[in-house]
Amino acid sequence: MLNTGFGYWEPIIFALTFLLLGCIAYFIYIRGNPKHKKVGEQLKPFLSGNPEPAKELVHIRGRHIYWGFKEAFAPVYRKLDEMHDGDVRNYMLWFFGILVILMLIFLGGM
Amino acid sequence: MMDISQHYPALIIAIPLFAAFLCPLFKERIKALATLAILALLATLIFVVLLAGQVYTSVAPITYTYGSSSPGLTLPSGYHVPVRIIFEIDGLSILMALITVILALVGAIYAYSSIKDESGKGKFFALLLLLTVGALGMVLTGDIFNLFVFLEISSIAGAALVAYYNYRGEANEAAFKYITVSSVGGVLVLFAIGILYSEYDLLNIAALGNAISTTGLSTLDLFALALFVGAFAMKAGTFPMHMWLPDAYGEAPAAVNPPLIASTQASLYALLRVTYIMYGGAVFNYTTLGWVLIVLGVFSMIFGVLMALKQNDIKRFIGYTAVSQVGYMLVPFGVGLSTIGDDVAFGTYGITALQAGLFHMINDAIYMGMLFMVVGCVYHATGKRNMEELGGLARNMPLTAIFFMIGGAAVSGVPPFNGFASKIMIYESIYNFHPLLSIIAIVVSIITLGAYVKAFQGIFLGPKLKEFENVEEAPTSMLVSIAVLAALVIVFGLMPSLVVKTIIAPAANALVNPYGYYAGVLGGV
Repeated sequence: MLNTGFGYWEPIIFALTFLLLGCIAYFIYIRGNPKHKKVGEQLKPFLSGNPEPAKELVHIRGRHIYWGFKEAFAPVYRKLDEMHDGDVRNYMLWFFGILVILMLIFLGGM
Repeated sequence: MMDISQHYPALIIAIPLFAAFLCPLFKERIKALATLAILALLATLIFVVLLAGQVYTSVAPITYTYGSSSPGLTLPSGYHVPVRIIFEIDGLSILMALITVILALVGAIYAYSSIKDESGKGKFFALLLLLTVGALGMVLTGDIFNLFVFLEISSIAGAALVAYYNYRGEANEAAFKYITVSSVGGVLVLFAIGILYSEYDLLNIAALGNAISTTGLSTLDLFALALFVGAFAMKAGTFPMHMWLPDAYGEAPAAVNPPLIASTQASLYALLRVTYIMYGGAVFNYTTLGWVLIVLGVFSMIFGVLMALKQNDIKRFIGYTAVSQVGYMLVPFGVGLSTIGDDVAFGTYGITALQAGLFHMINDAIYMGMLFMVVGCVYHATGKRNMEELGGLARNMPLTAIFFMIGGAAVSGVPPFNGFASKIMIYESIYNFHPLLSIIAIVVSIITLGAYVKAFQGIFLGPKLKEFENVEEAPTSMLVSIAVLAALVIVFGLMPSLVVKTIIAPAANALVNPYGYYAGVLGGV
């Protein structure tokens, strides 16, 4: 048991609980409808009567995920992109800028 | 008869160094090279473990004086200050040495298959071992100039390894950037060392710390401290000085990533050694210094994960999450520093924060090394690194997918993996210092999980794509090395208390006792 200073964390109990819940979920799964057909029309998605496109064509690529998040943060990302311009001279400028700030803090405030 | 147990510190450096110089003799013979490197690193690991036994049973740091009649003799008669190069190994040094060797070892095992079809294999293994020597030297030495020398060794070897795929223009560019920022950082460290040497005529860390604590801090000392903090924070990949890190980590061969992470963390170690030990005996405003680390850490956390979320290159994606994770270490280290001098605060949460930061440092090295090797398997199998072009690989590479899932869960702080154990300690300890810090850390963990879900979906889920129909699972040696780290992720996650008690608490205790360190090395000065 890990003492976190203000509470406790017991990963073994967590793992056992997880395992127990997994067993319950599996039990429910195997008790599912035995009449379910594994082939046929019922497996196809309903797309308002339109034919289903090929699986490769509807694969959700990385860029589709969190599209909204990235749009919402677009102004932040524009600034971050400007900062990450790949120019090593600018890398050094950021480094020296931080060094100057550190010197001002250390020499002025300590 | 020579007692070999006295010479473990020297052997830990000498064995990989000797093996590094043997490597070019084997030219392109991958089997011989990998065997040599693995055996050398295994032997080094054994000596590190044996040395750990000595460190954990000793009250004072273990010292090893080069050129002395007796390795433990730091001050020969007639000398008032140590002048020779001395290795000073305490709980923190041995913790770092242990993780460095493990990461280098899995990197060498992984390299056996991953660079099989490349040229310059002899040079590759020589540089890999030199990178390990550099990182090991940094964490074992007790001499600040010697630390600079090892920092340079690791930087040069690291830059050469980043450029290993030199037929890729991006690799050469990343190596150029890495060596540029490393050289400038190294020069500033040397400048800071020069300032201290001109003031105190000393290079030994314990002797310098003792002198600084006796005479009090001068303006020059603070100037040197600013240089040390800036340079080591930059080498550790702290925002906004992190830009070299995704470039270098992204272009380095996957086998190099684990030892490269170890060398980056050696810089974080140097930051701790300087702030907690070398300047730890002086009376000054620790709260300000602590807040400097906290602010840098918070920025690293937030902007690292935001940048990760928009990456499509799988290696750069993990590189940015590595930047974010650096923040999780800097914040608790800063909280620990801020509470020095306030016994109640330090006893209540400062020491827990310090332990949490150290625990996270080790956990981060393990799961980050693992994740880089996992995406290395994807690149090895498909020749692609862009998430946009990948998909459905879990069908052909199930083990790689499972390892990615374990690593992603660990870095996001999902229980019961190791990342959660250290993160819960971080959340709780820093909450008591300032609740907002804890909230930021939790929110960043959630965004990290989101980022890894995106990467997992992009790389492994979805229908089987035609271009990857014939893709096969990665070779055994690559999977074995990942499995070793995956096992550590699970074991450290399931037995965090044992890990904290055995290796983390001694490291934290060593850091908060600068006078014990000075006395242990200088013999009660």
